Amino acid sequence: MVLSHRLGEWAGHAPVLEEEVALANIALDLLGQARVLLSTVGDEDELAYLREERAFRNLQLVEQPNGDFAHTIVRQLYFSAYQHLLYSQLAAGDGPFAGLAAKAVKEVAYHRDHAGQWTLRLGDGTDASHERMVRACTALWRFTGEMFQPVDGLDVDWAGMDTAWLESVEAVLRRATLPLPEGPRSGAWSAGAGRQGVHTEPFGRMLAEMQHLHRSHPGASW
Amino acid sequence: MATAAAHKAYGTEEEHAGTAAYERAFDAAVAADGRIEPRDWMPDAYRATLVRQMAQHAHSEIIGMQPEANWITRAPSLRRKAILMAKVQDEAGHGLYLYSAAETLGTSREELLDKLHSGRQKYSSIFNYPTLTWADVGAIGWLVDGAAITNQVPLCRCSYGPYARAMVRICKEESFHQRQGYELLLALSRGTPEQHAMAQDAVDRWWWPSLMMFGPPDDESAHSAQSMTWKIKRHSNDDLRQRFVDICVPQAESLGLTLPDPDLKWNEERGHYDFGPIDWTEFKEVLKGNGPCNEQRLTQRRKAHEEGAWVREAAAAYAAKHSDDTKAEQA
Repeated sequence: MVLSHRLGEWAGHAPVLEEEVALANIALDLLGQARVLLSTVGDEDELAYLREERAFRNLQLVEQPNGDFAHTIVRQLYFSAYQHLLYSQLAAGDGPFAGLAAKAVKEVAYHRDHAGQWTLRLGDGTDASHERMVRACTALWRFTGEMFQPVDGLDVDWAGMDTAWLESVEAVLRRATLPLPEGPRSGAWSAGAGRQGVHTEPFGRMLAEMQHLHRSHPGASW
Repeated sequence: MATAAAHKAYGTEEEHAGTAAYERAFDAAVAADGRIEPRDWMPDAYRATLVRQMAQHAHSEIIGMQPEANWITRAPSLRRKAILMAKVQDEAGHGLYLYSAAETLGTSREELLDKLHSGRQKYSSIFNYPTLTWADVGAIGWLVDGAAITNQVPLCRCSYGPYARAMVRICKEESFHQRQGYELLLALSRGTPEQHAMAQDAVDRWWWPSLMMFGPPDDESAHSAQSMTWKIKRHSNDDLRQRFVDICVPQAESLGLTLPDPDLKWNEERGHYDFGPIDWTEFKEVLKGNGPCNEQRLTQRRKAHEEGAWVREAAAAYAAKHSDDTKAEQA
């Protein structure tokens, strides 16, 4: 839901018309997945609009501001590769999310492909685009470790997924002539991380905007 | 090219005779409700009129994303947010169809965008009004898309094939958006007193600008007569405007909302609703660039384009470097 919101901020601002369509398409897929997930545990709007920042459990990666197009693409690359691995495992199992994951994995494969294609074009495009991609890859690298911290109730091989994720991302970056970033992927700097409800500063402002209208009319239906 | 142009200007008698024959064939095709296709001969002025109209239409889809996208991040429920995102995505898609259709006339998307950014081509005046509340999203769906459909359904039978076919696809999606806008307003109208007031306020602000979407009155419409002869246009501005008013009045009643026009009343004799005078001064000011959001809309569009330049350059550079790979893959 959070990443969908971030992608929604691109509407009317994309570098080419085709990307207006693509980014909105991905945002819609993600919103659809979020609505199914939220509805399985409660009322989707109550959960989206009436929780405070500390009650949100999203990864810090997805709440990161859009930045430039390179930043948005790298965020998509890191996250869609993770989502694809996660949903593939869930779809193969018989847990409560197998059905949702089986549908979502098809959408996410498209998202991963889209991010991968743009990583190639921007990484191996011009010097300027290469530079921007290096900066974005490095800036977001610190948020990637959190994705593989075990989540209660999900029977998944987290360590194996982490290895597979590194391999797939490294392969795309290498083809795009981009170096694998260095530096920690999680740690003290993250002060607890999103899964524990500890977020980065831009997230509160994002929620303020997202929730404002709903909260201004308590109990109203829309 | 210079030679061809010179021939055209000073052409031989046989060539003049040839052109006259083409012209007769064109006129006959149009008169018989035939479709003109990209490879067919057409008068230069017909081509120019279509490029102008289709470009303006495409630009309107693209600029029209802005007032609605303004509310995506604040949509009050996840369902409404999904609907709005899908709608804005459709608009980008409509822009793409229309630029492609215009390209069949020998122009390019880049050229047209350049004309939009430099103010040499226009977009619909309606998008120069601001979306101040959530209810505006509903008012745009109901009134603005409603007016657009009234204008565009006859274009599905327009004499230029690629335009007519684009309009068939676009009108289907537009009427879906219009129903969603109506339904949004209905939810507000039947909601809390604050929501009802929000809906009424939005309709009050969007009603007159929507009527202006049909263009100047018939006696002041510069392109109308020629466009009707060419069957690019099928009905006059005033006829379409009247049709729209007749449709909207009962819809407003079932919405439980009023329209901001004290002169609005049924005329038994005409079989139509009479309505009050439109403020054409406001219309002209908005067209001249002095509307509430003209500056903002164009600035945002230019900014998106300029800030995206490095992305387009990177894509072009990558394609140039790897054109051999693609060929190898295809072989």
